[in-house]
Amino acid sequence: MSGPSIMETLFQRTLEDLIKGIRLQLIGESAFISKAMEEIRKEIKSTDLQTKSIALQKLSYLSPLHFVDMSWAAFHCIECMSSPRFAQKRIGYVAVSQSFNEHTPVLLLITNQLRKDLGSVNEFDAGLALDCLANIATVDLARDLTPEVFTLLGSSKVSVRKKAIGVILRVFEKYPDAVRVCFKRLVENLDSPDSRILSAAVGVFCELASRDPRSYLPLAPEFYRVLVDSKNNWVLIKVLKIFAKLAPLESRLAKRVVEPICDHMRRTGAKSLMFECIRTVVSSLSEYESALKLAVLKIRELLMDEDPNLKYLGLHALSIVAPKHLWVVLENKEVVIKSLSDSDSNIKFESLRLVMAVVSESNVVEISRVLLNYALKSDPEFCNVILGSILSACSRNVYEMVMDFDWYVLLLGEMSRIPQCQKGEDIENQLIDIGMRVRDARPELIRMARSLLIDPALLGNPFLYRILCAAAWVCGEYVEYSTNPFELVEALLQPRTSLLPPLIRAVYLQSVLKVLTFCIHSYLRNKSSGLFPFTDNLEGVVSESMSKGKTQEASDLPTPAQDDVFNPRISDDNPYEDLPLENNGEDSKFDSFEKNGFTRESIVNLLNLIELAVKPLLGSLEVEILERAQNVLGLIELIRQEFPDQLSPRKEILAKEESEVSKLIRSMNDAFCEELGPVSVTAQDRVRVPEGLVLEENLKELDTICGDIQPSTSSFFAPRYGERIEESLASDLQNGEDSEPSRESTSLLIEHRKRHGLYYLPSSASNDYPLANDLRSGENDRDETEDFVRLTAQSLAPKKKPNYSKPRPVVVKLDEGEVTLSVASKKPSSKYDLLSGVIQDVLQETNLMDKSSRKGKEKVSSDVPQGSKENVQDPEDPRREKSGLRKSKHRSHGKERKHKDPDQVDGKKDGKSERAREKSSHRHGRKKTRQRAEGPLNVSAQTPVIPDFLL
Amino acid sequence: MIKAVMVMNTQGKPRLAKFYDYQPVEKQQELIRSVFTVLSSRAENVSNFMEAESIFGPDSRLVYKHYATLYFVFVFDSSENELAMLDLIQVFVETLDKCFKNVCELDIVFNYSKMQTVLDEIIFGGQVLETSSTEVMKAVEEISKLEAASNAITLVPAKYASGWNRR
Repeated sequence: MSGPSIMETLFQRTLEDLIKGIRLQLIGESAFISKAMEEIRKEIKSTDLQTKSIALQKLSYLSPLHFVDMSWAAFHCIECMSSPRFAQKRIGYVAVSQSFNEHTPVLLLITNQLRKDLGSVNEFDAGLALDCLANIATVDLARDLTPEVFTLLGSSKVSVRKKAIGVILRVFEKYPDAVRVCFKRLVENLDSPDSRILSAAVGVFCELASRDPRSYLPLAPEFYRVLVDSKNNWVLIKVLKIFAKLAPLESRLAKRVVEPICDHMRRTGAKSLMFECIRTVVSSLSEYESALKLAVLKIRELLMDEDPNLKYLGLHALSIVAPKHLWVVLENKEVVIKSLSDSDSNIKFESLRLVMAVVSESNVVEISRVLLNYALKSDPEFCNVILGSILSACSRNVYEMVMDFDWYVLLLGEMSRIPQCQKGEDIENQLIDIGMRVRDARPELIRMARSLLIDPALLGNPFLYRILCAAAWVCGEYVEYSTNPFELVEALLQPRTSLLPPLIRAVYLQSVLKVLTFCIHSYLRNKSSGLFPFTDNLEGVVSESMSKGKTQEASDLPTPAQDDVFNPRISDDNPYEDLPLENNGEDSKFDSFEKNGFTRESIVNLLNLIELAVKPLLGSLEVEILERAQNVLGLIELIRQEFPDQLSPRKEILAKEESEVSKLIRSMNDAFCEELGPVSVTAQDRVRVPEGLVLEENLKELDTICGDIQPSTSSFFAPRYGERIEESLASDLQNGEDSEPSRESTSLLIEHRKRHGLYYLPSSASNDYPLANDLRSGENDRDETEDFVRLTAQSLAPKKKPNYSKPRPVVVKLDEGEVTLSVASKKPSSKYDLLSGVIQDVLQETNLMDKSSRKGKEKVSSDVPQGSKENVQDPEDPRREKSGLRKSKHRSHGKERKHKDPDQVDGKKDGKSERAREKSSHRHGRKKTRQRAEGPLNVSAQTPVIPDFLL
Repeated sequence: MIKAVMVMNTQGKPRLAKFYDYQPVEKQQELIRSVFTVLSSRAENVSNFMEAESIFGPDSRLVYKHYATLYFVFVFDSSENELAMLDLIQVFVETLDKCFKNVCELDIVFNYSKMQTVLDEIIFGGQVLETSSTEVMKAVEEISKLEAASNAITLVPAKYASGWNRR
């Protein structure tokens, strides 16, 4: 040993020193660690293994706890692991299993060391090597070391043997051919009297079976024995997991295991085992009524338990059983509903999931009501989860569950008013979507939109902007269903709209334009049709009768954009039509709309109002707003030119209007009346790509161009900034003119306040609006809970379909596949295919031997009981017997064939079996050969034979 | 199959982190952080489960136990029983308790390797191989003995070195 290395050894810090150092350091942890790393890098190069190994130990301490990369030390790990001294070897092994992966280049160098240690007489050496292999085995390692692992499977030392069993899982996964060598010995370990070995073996089978249960059906008798005999809860849980996978594949097996499982459920004191029994029954054996009843009883026990863990698991079990046996959930509905307000979020979420599982078109109304009430009381996060699940449940499959769209639209409106609601985007989309798809819902939609728009308090909540945007759009698009368009304009132009982000304000302005066009158009049409004398007393009567007559006509017509349809299509079966419009102050200019219709006076007032409110926007910096404000004002100017304020000689105006304005207005109105519809998802595909157009397959290149340009949403919720500039600019601009915008807006505000006093706070503190986010006081919470429970007691119970007074409206669906885009079922990875093939292969062999050894005792089964009794075949000729079995299978089990086209399988089989037979014939007896060849190829067409322990 | 075992203190400092499918250290750090964020937001006296699929991918479950200043976290998939995993945490902690006589966070900090040995005896490549703390103790003691023996025949300087260091 050279001098320097002794010095290093003498003064090297041990792991303990390092840990103390980290705790006492004064220079900051990261600085200390990088200093320590420098030391380690130096020490690890030492020729002295002791120094090296301690350095490595420190490194493998730092790596997982202080997130230091240690892949660079791969070679040093190998050096340490080949040390003859156990302590150093161990450090090396720990480092290797911690840091190596498939891509570590020096991995190939450890094969021999592993082989040596696997064969070591020292059980701990072997243990280290096995542990390492279990963590990092690659295909090559698994292949090269299979013989050693095989030897250790029979080791007399329990600790080695159980680790060898454990490592098998990784070996099989990486190198399926190892099954041929090791499988038999692995199965033998299931007979081991030592519970630790048994536990390890069952654990491995549980993992294997969870990936490909079908291959392990032939081992069912072994597992059954364990299920009945074992007293170890760990083992029982694993065996139950195996049966949960196997039972659905083989009905006789299910029948056989259901009793022992129930026994365990009744007898055991261990909650873990009991829960596993419950889970097995509800997931795989739920068709056995007595078992299910017992499981439900036990679930109830769990639900009633104080321990939140058990309660949670009880709910979890319910959600497993829910799809098949909804009644179980309904029986426990009280607990489920109560759990919605549990303090534990897991429990809340689980119970929400359950509630959503029972929702159907017959109870969606009640459940939504209950959930909405819970949403009001819960914390913002859970509230939004609730809202989200209502929204997604109701919109599923193009609103499949919604019978009454008026109700649903109102529900959406109500959701928007929940203070914590952050689902603006979803609600926005649904409002517009419903507007486009469901014509019958439009009157209600516009009524709801109106009530949202008119409420100034809502404008203070940024989360609602998207909803308001949709409401504004709805008002513009479907204004013909509105009972009072003037009021809509007022709402769209109310002073607080300055709080909105520019893009949404632009939508507001566009809607104003649409409503304006509609009003003028209706006015002109009324006038030109000559039916309206301009006397106030007659007008109302006529307009009403007009609208009624025309509406019927309109409803007969398929598209609303017909030229000759009279436009105020106020549907006459509308039950709300004669309700007084609430929130209208006495002195509203427009509240007499219904009586007066579109009078000249009202139109002029409208024009004035719009002009007053939109003019300041000409100073806006936002292009969208500016553009739209210009459009509106331009149109108004145009109208005014031929529509002077004084009530001058009517005849002339009439003539003039006819000529120009009305033409313009009519064409605009026609354009706006063009109905927008939903677009099919496949629409894009139907458009042919024009020739010469190069479409980039990959848009990644764009990232380099516009990498840092991102659609900024930040300005979205910060409207104040823009607004201020806008106002100041506006005042600058308008200084020359006589109107002062500031006074204007306050006067507007005052007027608005006068009219919609309902939404303002009673105190006259001028600009104080109620906070949109203020939570409701949680008084009477408990009482409410009781109420909900009572309410749901009725609502959750399955009812007959309620008779709706009106039939479900038509919902426009474009293509049936629109929502249910079929996702190609994922195929299991080829590796597992390979593995299952080999395993089935091996099992066939073992079975064959078993059978020939105990053919006297056990009859061979087939899937069809009668069939098996009739053709008891010569057990000496397994091939014929099998083929007979397969035939009967094909006859009877249609559902199995669904997996694969039988013809295809057969076709392939013929070719392949020949080849396989040739290949393997030198290894096996003639009889076995054919069997072997067929075994793996029949995987999906046939279940492997189970020695019928049931008989 | 157990996917990961983590021990961290209530400040989020990891005391032990073992992932049974290879994860690069950056990913490990991220996972530990996100687990801690959720754990620290959970109240006392609630269930010991935590939603894990958003952090560890589909088919992951997580149970944890809170002892004094430490969180013990096990992440696993559907082939393990949740309550059994909670029991296993108990076994792990009991074994540590036997090892260190009334285990506390400091014991764990200073005996990192020993804790790792204990865990490796219980969980092997993601599978539970031993559930009796007596058996684990037996194995751990033998390993320590073996290590000590292999160090005893070591060259003199190393022995002195550790002796000096302790002073």
